[in-house]
Amino acid sequence: MSAGTRDRDDTAPVFVQEPKVLGIPRSAIPKILMPLAIGIVTLIAWDAVVRINNIPYYILPGPLLVGETLIKDWGTLYPSLVITLQIMGAALTVAVLGGVTLAVMFSLSKWVELSFFPYAVILQVTPIVAIAPLILIYVDDMRLALLICAWIVAFFPILSNTTLGLNSADHNLRNLFQLYGATRTQELFLLRLPAAMPFFLGGLRIAGGLSLIGAVVAEFAAGTAGAGSGLAYRILEAGYRLNIPRMFAALILISLTGICIFMIFTALQHFVLRKWHESAVKREN
Amino acid sequence: MSALPVAAPRAALSPLVRLAAVNKVFSNGTVALKAMDLAVGDNEFLSLLGPSGCGKSTVLRLISGLGEVSSGSIDWPRAGTDATGEPQRDLSFVFQEPTLMPWATVLDNVVLPLRLAGVAKTERIERAREAIRLVHLDGFEGAYPRELSGGMKMRVSIARALVTRPKILLMDEPFAALDEITRFKLNNDLLELWQSQKWTVIFVTHSVFESVYLSNRIVVMAARPGRVFSELAIDAPYPRDESFRTSARYAELCRVTSESLRKAMAQ
Repeated sequence: MSAGTRDRDDTAPVFVQEPKVLGIPRSAIPKILMPLAIGIVTLIAWDAVVRINNIPYYILPGPLLVGETLIKDWGTLYPSLVITLQIMGAALTVAVLGGVTLAVMFSLSKWVELSFFPYAVILQVTPIVAIAPLILIYVDDMRLALLICAWIVAFFPILSNTTLGLNSADHNLRNLFQLYGATRTQELFLLRLPAAMPFFLGGLRIAGGLSLIGAVVAEFAAGTAGAGSGLAYRILEAGYRLNIPRMFAALILISLTGICIFMIFTALQHFVLRKWHESAVKREN
Repeated sequence: MSALPVAAPRAALSPLVRLAAVNKVFSNGTVALKAMDLAVGDNEFLSLLGPSGCGKSTVLRLISGLGEVSSGSIDWPRAGTDATGEPQRDLSFVFQEPTLMPWATVLDNVVLPLRLAGVAKTERIERAREAIRLVHLDGFEGAYPRELSGGMKMRVSIARALVTRPKILLMDEPFAALDEITRFKLNNDLLELWQSQKWTVIFVTHSVFESVYLSNRIVVMAARPGRVFSELAIDAPYPRDESFRTSARYAELCRVTSESLRKAMAQ
């Protein structure tokens, strides 16, 4: 058998390089243009409804007024946005560290998993609005209380997805590691953790959105009595003052934050998995 | 030159591994193997041939130490033991699937057994590159498994098996999922490697043609319970190539082997 008869390219998959427009792959352009068009149409319709019906701004402000308020009140809204982002970021960080650590412990010891998993589920199924008032009573530091609330909701998807991922390493690969006398640490770092990566990233994407929801819900539970001044607090405060345009402006900032988190984690997922995972592969059939 | 239903005698003298009266009963009560005797000698190319459910894969797993025998023994007369009293089997396993880590490049996949064994970095990379050259995949060190065809993935799997320079190579229907053209090519490459690397190969297959082409001994197994039905010595000389595959001698050997398999299945 000579080296000349290699089966290099018999049925190897072909990866296509797509033509790009303005640095964006051509197939992705409708994905951007279509929602954008719907958004613009909706804004115009909103504006038209407000103008034609002469709806007063304290009942429903038009989109232009909301935009104006966003700029005018930036001095108040921006510090609140930063606080919400800080709480979210901290909660997510703790959720990732705690979730992954606990998942690894679960995968190393069946006993730990049997003992603790039900409590993780209880933490997850109890609505955060129901727990938040208690946390706010027991924890003096408002920021810390909000962080705990956000952490509770963000923690579970990371834990459950990572646990699932760690246990779904290919059976034959596990046998292979066993055959070559791999230690548990080697098996964890070279096999289980890489195999869990797609699951973890999926969990992270969910947890990112949930941590924002957790931070906002907890602040609502705290009400204006709390000294917190995140975006949810601004919505409550503006509501009491019937400052409807500012309520919309704060709401828009919360939505944009959520969208950004989703996009960042989707990009991260794609970046990490692009070399090997089916979810990140584009094939020409 | 004839295919006689007798055991090859050289294995019996000083076997590398010997199975004596091995029984294997699974926890659900299935008798996978019954009173299995088998001795495998140096530089043999032994095929275990039989219908599905005859326990041929179980034999491989037991030899590799992935399972425990229910009764009977598996001896490694010439191997030392490690700290835990386990025999140092010095074997590699090629599964039916390529079983590659999808997140690792070809090089990282091939280097894995050496990495687990704690071989120094420069040495293990050098050895992995050499193994990749032996399976004719040089130039693909940086490719990921999903970029490779089925045949190429199997080559990577073989490279990973040979990187530890094992005495015994266990192969569990490695080419069953490949198309015939690729399979023939890999058959030839495997024979070439077997001759140059002085391995002992235990090859599980359900293909009469593949087993006759590759082996110098075929153990035909019967199912329910899994057991040895007969042994055939395939005494055609190596190197074997396409002219052997098309020869009357090959056809004759296939006919005899098929006959034996048919009898085993009629039991």
